[in-house]
Order: sequence, then C-alpha cells, then structure tokens
Amino acid sequence: MTSAEGRSGGRTLLLVIAWLWVLAPFAYGVVELIRKVVGLFGG
Amino acid sequence: MAVPGFLARSRIVAPPGWTRWLVPPAALSIHLSIGQAYAWSVFKTPLEKTLGLSGTQSGLPFQLGIVMLGLSAAFGGTLVERNGPRWAMAVATVCFSTGFLLAALGVATGQFWLVVAGYGGVGGIGLGIGYISPVSTLIKWFPDRPGMATGIAIMGFGGGALIASPWSSAMLGTSPTTGDIATAFLIHGIVYAVFMTLGVLIVRVPADDWRPARAAAQTAAKPMISTANVSAANALKTPQFWCLWIVLCLNVTAGIGILEKAAPMITDFFKHTSAPVSTASAAGFVALLSLTNMLGRFVWSSTSDLVGRKNIYRFYLGVGALLYLVIALTTNGSKLVFVLCAMLILSFYGGGFATLPAYLKDLFGTYQVGAIHGRLLTAWSAAGVLGPLIVDGIADSQKAAGKTGPDLYQLSFWIMIGLLVVGFVANECVRPVKEKFHEPTGQTAVGSEA
Repeated sequence: MTSAEGRSGGRTLLLVIAWLWVLAPFAYGVVELIRKVVGLFGG
Repeated sequence: MAVPGFLARSRIVAPPGWTRWLVPPAALSIHLSIGQAYAWSVFKTPLEKTLGLSGTQSGLPFQLGIVMLGLSAAFGGTLVERNGPRWAMAVATVCFSTGFLLAALGVATGQFWLVVAGYGGVGGIGLGIGYISPVSTLIKWFPDRPGMATGIAIMGFGGGALIASPWSSAMLGTSPTTGDIATAFLIHGIVYAVFMTLGVLIVRVPADDWRPARAAAQTAAKPMISTANVSAANALKTPQFWCLWIVLCLNVTAGIGILEKAAPMITDFFKHTSAPVSTASAAGFVALLSLTNMLGRFVWSSTSDLVGRKNIYRFYLGVGALLYLVIALTTNGSKLVFVLCAMLILSFYGGGFATLPAYLKDLFGTYQVGAIHGRLLTAWSAAGVLGPLIVDGIADSQKAAGKTGPDLYQLSFWIMIGLLVVGFVANECVRPVKEKFHEPTGQTAVGSEA
C-alpha cells in the first residue's frame, strides 16, 4: 500500500467516525421524539 | 490578541485531497451541543423544588443565555472571522462547558446566582460564538450549495434539544435532590466538552485557491448572487442588511407566536369541540412542531440552493401568511387543518434561520459573512421578545374580557398575518448591494482584519 492510499483510507475512516459521532446521538433524539408523538397521538 | 498556534487559522488550512464532507460533522458537534439551551425547561421544576425558586427565577439562566447569544454573536463575529473556526469552536467549547461546571457548583453550594452567571453568562457566550463559528467556513467549503451546508449545521441547533431533553430527564429521574442536579450539570459539562472537541480537532478551512468543480459556473449565472465582498462595518450601512433584519425578525416572531404557546393554544382551541385535546396530546403536538422546525431547517434551506434565496423567503412569508389566514378562518373546524398549518409555519420558522447565512453570502460575499450573520442575529433577540409579548398579551387580555377557545388567539393571528406581509414587502425590497459598499479587489483575503 502506498502512502497516498494509506492517507486516503485514513481519511475515509475519519469521515465515517465523524459522521457516526454526530448521527448516533441525533438518531437517539429523533427516535425518542417519534416515540413521544406516536405514543400520544396514535397510542 | 495573539492566537495560540494550535488554534490559529494558518494551522487548519486543508491539505490537497481533504474532503469537505468532514466540515458538516465538525459544525454539527458544536450545534448539536449548544442546541441543548432549548431543553433548559427540563431543569426548571427540579431547581424550583430544591432551591425554592419561582418560575420566573428558574427561567433566568436560559433568558440570560439567549441575551448573551445575541450579544456575543453580534460583537464577537468579527473576532471569529479573524481568528478562524478552530479558535471559535474552542472558545465555544470552553465557555459552554464551564457554564455547566459553574452551574453545578452553584447548585451544590445553594448559590443560584452562580447558576445564572455560569450557565447564562459564561455558557451564553459559548452559545453565541458557537452558533456563528462554522457558518462562514461551511459557506466557503460549499459555495455551490451554501443553503444545504448551513442548513445541516443550523438543523443541529434544533436537534440539540431533542437529544438533551430525554437525556437530561433520564439523568435527573423523578424527584432529584440538589446533589442529583449538581451531578447532572457536572456530567453535562464534561460530556459536551468531549463531544464538541471533535469539531475543534477536525475543522479545516479551504486553501485560498480551492474551488469545487461545480461552483464557478453556477455562481456566474444568477443576478442576485454577488461575486464581490462587503465588510461587516459596511454591511450595516446598506438597506439590504436592514431589510433582512426585518425579514428575520418578523418571520421568527410569526413562528414563536405558535411555538411558545403551542400546548395551551391547541388545548384552548378545541376545548369546546367534540374532540378536545388532552394535556398529553398537547405535549405530542409540541414534539411534532419541534420535528418540523428542525426538518424545515434542512429541507427548505437546501431547496433555496435550487430556487434562490429571495424566492424561498417569498414562500416562507407569503405562504406563512396564508396558513395563518386558514387557521384564522377555519378556527376550530378541523384539528387536522390546524395541526398541518402549524407544522408548516414552524418549518418556515426553522427554514428562515437556516437560509439566512446563504442569503447573506449571496448579497455580501464570503469575506465577513460570519460577522454579518452575528450582527443580524439581534433580530432573533428582538423577535424573542416581540412574539411572546403579542400572543401572551392578547390571550391574557381576551381571557380577562371573558372570552374562551379560539377567540383568545384570533387577534394574534391577524397581527401575525400583517407582520408576515410587512416581512414579504421587506424581502421584495432586497436588491443587489451597490458597488460603493464593495471591498477593493485583492483586499479580502480570508481572515484579514476588519
């Protein structure tokens, strides 16, 4: 593996981690919100 | 003021091959955190019970926080432009987290003033600097899709409360003691510091000669998109700035009018119908409005990249006025119509916030767009007073006059229609900025002095 390929792979990994870092708590918030709405209007 | 090496703008110029898609998560790590401010209400009742406070007193940390947000965004904007996004994100992280730590100390020692000064004062500076910290950087990375880019970040501010509200509630439990509240503040301070640090570490600014492949062709074709730059000081002298100030203020006022009183409003509206709304269902209505407020920030702001900024504000303000008209005319005839109209109005409220940085970029260029945005956020502070003042004041006076149901709010809705029409006219007055306000070519390098 060349150093350019290694750098590119590292950036892809960083990209995945960065998006998971912010999307995981965001998804938790959205799920909690939807549960509230469904529970109140549909349940 | 010298900026430490690690935080300096020169240290974060992206190397060739750096992906711009790392900048939105950097921005989101800040906005999802500071958006916690809108979940402050979770702490109100526990603080009132344990420290013996009134409802007004327990709201003080939040109110001071919003005031400090407006002030620090307005006065710190130029500093943020000069020192760069890493410095701004680091300042926001330190201030926001320290605010929680001071609040923890205040609760633990029974000194409520420390909660107000800590969360509201110090934390509020973190809110303002954090809110504007990624804006100009995102616009520079996404000149082809500025609405979408800033929409993602500003959607995060709406999403922050969605995360914090259930998380803080779970941490506090059903009957928290002062020790539990202090511990919760402490944990918030530490967790947010770690979470926001991601943004500080990965944010990068594009090199001066960096351009995405699509940008040049797109920006050259549209008359309302300027390629010139205007300084923050000069922007204040233009009628365009003040037209947009009116547009933002009135669009936010119209949204807050519903948002701030959503639960009692829907309960009052359908009280005398065959299908009254329970307190629990009213809470669901509030949650639904939060969702559309958040989604509107991304969806409408991204749409503005396709249809243009002036057109999307025509849509927010014009259709918003029509939706208020539908509510005013149908009153409590249909719950579905009422809920759908309110959802759309709140999506326009969120969209108005999120589209603004791109509108400013179109008019004033990227040179000091963050600082100009910060100054324009004073319209938010004004609307935060104006909206509740209108709706609460009228509802109280109608109640005193013996009225009930939709009659409590009808006059407010007609006023909102009038305000939105005024906002629509202000948006129509927006024209390209005159050449005399433009910066001379070659003197608008990124981060240069204001």
